[in-house]
Amino acid sequence: MSVLVYTESEGEKFKKAALEVASYAKEVAAMLGTTVTAVSINGGSSSELGAYGVDKVLEVKNDKLSTFNAKAYADVIKQAVEKEQAKVVIVSSSADSKFLAPLLSVHLNAGYAPNVVALPEESSPFKVKRTAFSNKAFNITEITTDVKVVGLSNNAFGIKENAAAGASEAFEPSLSDSDFGIEITNIDRATDKVSIADAEIVVSGGRGLKGPENWGMVEDLAEVLGAATACSKPVSDLGWRPHAEHVGQTGKPVASNLYIAIGVSGAIQHLAGINASKVKVVINNDPEAPFFKAADYGIVGDAFEVVPKLIEKLKEFKSNNA
Amino acid sequence: MKILVCISHVPDTTSKINFTDGETKFDTNGVQFVINPNDEFGLTRAMWFKEKQGASVDVVNVGGAETEPTLRKALAIGADNAIRVNTEATDGFYVARQLTKVVQDGGYDLVIAGRESIDYNGGMVPGMIAGLTGANFVNTCIGLEVDGDTATVTREIDGGKETSTAKLPLIIGGQKGLVEESDLRIPNMRGIMMARKKPLTVVDPVEAGQETKAVQFQKPAPKGEVTLVAPDNIDQLVELLHNEAKVI
Repeated sequence: MSVLVYTESEGEKFKKAALEVASYAKEVAAMLGTTVTAVSINGGSSSELGAYGVDKVLEVKNDKLSTFNAKAYADVIKQAVEKEQAKVVIVSSSADSKFLAPLLSVHLNAGYAPNVVALPEESSPFKVKRTAFSNKAFNITEITTDVKVVGLSNNAFGIKENAAAGASEAFEPSLSDSDFGIEITNIDRATDKVSIADAEIVVSGGRGLKGPENWGMVEDLAEVLGAATACSKPVSDLGWRPHAEHVGQTGKPVASNLYIAIGVSGAIQHLAGINASKVKVVINNDPEAPFFKAADYGIVGDAFEVVPKLIEKLKEFKSNNA
Repeated sequence: MKILVCISHVPDTTSKINFTDGETKFDTNGVQFVINPNDEFGLTRAMWFKEKQGASVDVVNVGGAETEPTLRKALAIGADNAIRVNTEATDGFYVARQLTKVVQDGGYDLVIAGRESIDYNGGMVPGMIAGLTGANFVNTCIGLEVDGDTATVTREIDGGKETSTAKLPLIIGGQKGLVEESDLRIPNMRGIMMARKKPLTVVDPVEAGQETKAVQFQKPAPKGEVTLVAPDNIDQLVELLHNEAKVI
């Protein structure tokens, strides 16, 4: 009855989120007095997962699964759960995991708690703390079913090394044609940029930047920090930046270690989307901007003067600490 | 084409969130309720199918009588029929079971729900309907075209987008991008008048269990004061981010 964790990979390399869910699964397994089994679909080396507490890896190698397919992947994980007789299944909050988790829950007849931010409060009854009301509150959710699916929020638990065997075992699930009702025709992924979901640092611009022509310094700042770029809702609605960069309640959620907001006033909907970030910095010329109430560090000043200076200082800092 | 749009009745995005009854219930006092924004993008896309391709559009909500103004608003925007499953929406799985019955009874070709509601953020209802009905499913959908019995769907993935094709029936978890913000419609007086006469059918819930329970709510801990740094002292900010916050 091990804890089962789905460890995602991209191009045969485990994602950061995979190492985080593995670290989390290890501590849940310790609470329950059991071991951790990972399911890896065309993934990286099992020993890598062993470093984060995984005892056994069910390795699926199958060309039909070379691109993500929610229904087929959910079917594979379901069969792994049944094989291991797992009672707790842990997935991440990536777009793919959130896509497959509800399908998996139905197949397992399992209650599903997404956006979980901490270890279970209790294991019997099984209670987890999750975000609700778009990060404006938390909810303690009890999962009452025999098998439980937990979706861990990105960057909520962190990656923790914890040596375990990481023994690999080939796993050949049976797939049916009905798993492949959706045919993927094109994938358009920016490989040269950090995605908002994976970024440790996010740099975001708002309407205070006055126009799309002024985004050069936002991108320069992001480059110095190895950060992803983002924007507020008005900026994406005005077409200054692509929708994919819109962060906030109806855009993408951000849970980075550092979030730097430039010329973003901090409307309640924006703050809801970025609140899970650990450290928030605001640069705004309006001292009354609501963002100052939500931020950890702030500079009241003209972004067009402050940001170039910040880029320069960070470059100095990076070269001194290289 | 028969389209069903699932409408969640949620607090307006600017609402202050408070709880009552020993922090076990959401405090609706003074809260304005709206169509869940992710559902509204889907509803607006459904209107496009109605106007351009002659689709019929029904809307459905699982909830008590207090949610009817939200369904009427969807009718005023242009939906043809509304259905309310008369029961409290206790958890995502329960709601998905109720909606599955409506989907099966209505024989819909396309079911559009938001990728998540902005209150409980479960993000599970559309996927669970797909799991329960066996229909194809695409989540975080930002583009949708239908030609005959085949849909072309674009979904947002981490760091990009992915396009696929699928046969109907299809379940969609939609979001902004299905239509633009500027495409959203405010009901006009004629729409509001017509909505009063459109059918709103109340149906009884099906028997279903509850897989999760929202036991208790908590508000985030109050935030400490912001540390202000002078605009001519950027060195201090770099130093604070490095030594105090330890994020660079």
